[in-house]
Amino acid sequence: MSTKDIIDTLAGIEPGSGLDAIRARRLQARENAQKSYLSLFEPIDAGDFSLAERAAVAAFVTGLHGESPVAAFYRQKLAANADGTALVEPIQIEIERGKTSGPYGAFPAGPLSVENKAGLIYRVSAERKPQLGTRLVAALEHAHLLVFRPRDAASADMKALLAAGWSTTGIVTFSQLVAFLSFQVRVVSGLRTLAAASA
Amino acid sequence: MSAANTVNPPVVFTQDELGWVSWIDPLPEAELTERHFAGLVDRARAKSEYFRLLVRDPEVLEARTKTDKDIFYNVADGLPRAERELAAAATSRYNGCIYCASVHARFASTYSKRRDDVQRLLDEGVKADLGERWNAVVKASVALAATPIAFGPDNVEELRRAGLDDAEIVDVINGASFFNWANRLMLSLGEPSK
Repeated sequence: MSTKDIIDTLAGIEPGSGLDAIRARRLQARENAQKSYLSLFEPIDAGDFSLAERAAVAAFVTGLHGESPVAAFYRQKLAANADGTALVEPIQIEIERGKTSGPYGAFPAGPLSVENKAGLIYRVSAERKPQLGTRLVAALEHAHLLVFRPRDAASADMKALLAAGWSTTGIVTFSQLVAFLSFQVRVVSGLRTLAAASA
Repeated sequence: MSAANTVNPPVVFTQDELGWVSWIDPLPEAELTERHFAGLVDRARAKSEYFRLLVRDPEVLEARTKTDKDIFYNVADGLPRAERELAAAATSRYNGCIYCASVHARFASTYSKRRDDVQRLLDEGVKADLGERWNAVVKASVALAATPIAFGPDNVEELRRAGLDDAEIVDVINGASFFNWANRLMLSLGEPSK
């Protein structure tokens, strides 16, 4: 029987349950999914990517996946941050503007071009830019790309983040955070679905 | 920064070995400290541009690497390695990560000895007919990769019909979900090169 971690909490897995026992067979993965979460949201150094920015990006990314216990969790994390409270509403409005279906985007020009799929190229609304600030505006636009059309990513997107004040190390942590959440939200959803199918 | 003019990007999915070139500066090997080596987990990864970039945040990289290794390499029980690799390859094919697909298609071929079927996944895409069991794994991986997530009770039912027990289904969920992490890093921080 294990102590509940963040995935258990979000997926509603109780100690001693069938899924708890299955997760225990991949103990290193279980412990390190938790360490990934902690190193992203309780880092030893948040100098390149502040805690409020992390919570704002997390609320946005998980919100884009649709309302869920995961989205609610990160929205609360943002609300609980002194610098984040004022961001909850603008982030919520931007989630609604950014919602779509993915993955879409373009493949390298060639035989795969027939599989190209057009979709929303999300940009933060002019109205919200002053509330969010240059760094977060660039971050939300890039996060939307990562969530819905990662195959569209180009070197110019890195330049846009650097130009908005992101350091190279900050870009690495920010990319990890969005990518990690893409993993976490799916594990939680998959485990919830499996638990419901076994009930 | 790597010289962009040396990149020869592949334009199709392949099982060939590809290189990967970063769009932003990895840490120089000479600047790596013990904290960085702990993040790399395997010291040999200091030779890789990708890992020397991710090691800018060593704690996240270390946790990510150990999560990855257990999901794919811990085969004491659960889903055969070949089918975990199939989930990774299918996810990468669907998201459009040519580099990740190349690595994990090769692994799927090695462990399954079904190289032609793996190649059909790459050539025809995630709708390729690979037989009931592989179709169920591919379909579940694709449903998990969609945003909003489309994985539902039908996927669980199909996997069960194909003979997977709940522990094996969790391996599919973990393997496919993990590649939604990996694909986004590989696709957005640099590009593959032939």
